[in-house]
Amino acid sequence: MRARDKALRFLYGLLIAVTLVYVTLPSVVVIITAFSDKALLMFPPTGFSLKWFERAIGYDDFRKGLANGLIITAWASTIALVCGTLAAFVIERFEFAGKRTLEAVLLSPLVIPHFTLGVAMLILASEINMSRTFTLVVICHVILVLPFVMRAVYVSLRNIDPALERAAASLGASPLTVFLRIDLPLLAPGLAGGWLFAAILSFNEFTATLFVTGQRTQTLPVAMYTYVREYADPTMAAISSMLIAATVLFLVAANRWLGLERILSIQQAR
Amino acid sequence: MPDSRPAYFAWFILPALFLAAALTASLASLLQFGFREHIPGSLQVGGFTLGNFGRMGEWVYLRVFLDSLLLSGCTAVGNLLLGYPLAYALVRSDSKLLKSTILVTTIVPMFTGDIVRTYSWLVVLGKNGFINGTLKSAGLIDTPLELLYTPLGVLIALVQYSLPVMVVILAAAISHIDVAYEKAAASLGASPLSVLWNVTLPLSMPGILSGTVTIFAWTLSAFATPQLVGGGKVNMISNMVYQLGFSNFDFPFAAVLSMVALVLVFLLLYFMALGMRRLERVGLH
Repeated sequence: MRARDKALRFLYGLLIAVTLVYVTLPSVVVIITAFSDKALLMFPPTGFSLKWFERAIGYDDFRKGLANGLIITAWASTIALVCGTLAAFVIERFEFAGKRTLEAVLLSPLVIPHFTLGVAMLILASEINMSRTFTLVVICHVILVLPFVMRAVYVSLRNIDPALERAAASLGASPLTVFLRIDLPLLAPGLAGGWLFAAILSFNEFTATLFVTGQRTQTLPVAMYTYVREYADPTMAAISSMLIAATVLFLVAANRWLGLERILSIQQAR
Repeated sequence: MPDSRPAYFAWFILPALFLAAALTASLASLLQFGFREHIPGSLQVGGFTLGNFGRMGEWVYLRVFLDSLLLSGCTAVGNLLLGYPLAYALVRSDSKLLKSTILVTTIVPMFTGDIVRTYSWLVVLGKNGFINGTLKSAGLIDTPLELLYTPLGVLIALVQYSLPVMVVILAAAISHIDVAYEKAAASLGASPLSVLWNVTLPLSMPGILSGTVTIFAWTLSAFATPQLVGGGKVNMISNMVYQLGFSNFDFPFAAVLSMVALVLVFLLLYFMALGMRRLERVGLH
């Protein structure tokens, strides 16, 4: 009986170890490949070189894609932050006709396949002569990340004691003042989390973006996709390694600043 | 809660109304396009027709749907088998090191983009990639294994892609289970395996159900992974839509396929909600 328990415990440990290796292996292999000296993807690498990093940093389409991506991300996450906060606040605090429908529509991008949304936005844009514009990409991203901002606001709003709002109102503050001076400061950490989450999602969004961008508006993930289709050298491994490193740094900072629990609660809250 | 609406109410709701309208309008134009005739070689569409819906019955497209459902199903099951032990260890393990290792390996991929994650699999599965390179230098194989552009390769990449989400969902469910139940069963003489099978697993049913269905629906919407790892040889719905749209400019039919995918996902989530309600009635949560 005890021997069987030991064997089970060992198998359980082994399964977890193998799964962890399986999940991390691709990133590790990509980072190793990025330092290879051969132009072909080969494992194990035969020599060490930094030339693929040089090429990735100097590659025009990546530079333009990064610039486009940062501009689109900045606009999209900020617009989503403002619209999402206001909407979530009103939906959480007041009753009005069509409230449930509005909320369902605003949250629906969580479950709509991104390619469906991409095709839909592309068709709508072409009908109103807006295809291949930055506005289209930004609106598309705002719609995609809005639910995450709203979740972040819901989670934080439920932690605010309504007595604080009532106290301010009874002391003569107008409703707008209550919102600006009481709710907004209390919501701030949650909003920062939502904004960060929205920004990361928007920056990395690929599927819907591929449908709604053109040559002029392409973001970094789209430029990277085009690169994989044309070349097979480790330049992609180099830029992927840099993005993985940036993600890790960003998460470490976010953890210090906000706590990962808060970020995960945005991922999860329904 | 206050019920009288303050003066700012309209201004607060207006931007969200605009976004909701834009989303609804785009889905409406998708629907509208599904009924239009495709003019080969042109981006313009012709008059109204029901033909696009009829084409859904053609074997080429039916097969893509069946393949997508099969791949999504296998991905969901694979996720459950690998994700459950991981989630369990994340919640119940005594080792802080193991917990934070699982947390980090789960969270980092969630925030690195689709393209980076998918590209990584090209390097692992390729002809001279990690797996073939390692096996070859170990002298285990002479000819490289075919992994890239095969359903197995796509499945391996898809499971890894969605595992973090599965672990988060399952860990939330497992953390809701009172350890006292497991301890009571063990103290009454149940073996660890029997505790898992008769106590922990049944109590985590809500998480198992919502995790499996969520991953199933999520995988049905996958694009980057089958597009790059499948390389045109393994096609899911999304890849067909992209090909129809950007190679054939047949947006009306692409619109129909996108809508069918949307309806499938909604149906799945609807059935999940029904299932969850039944589980709640049984009182498992």
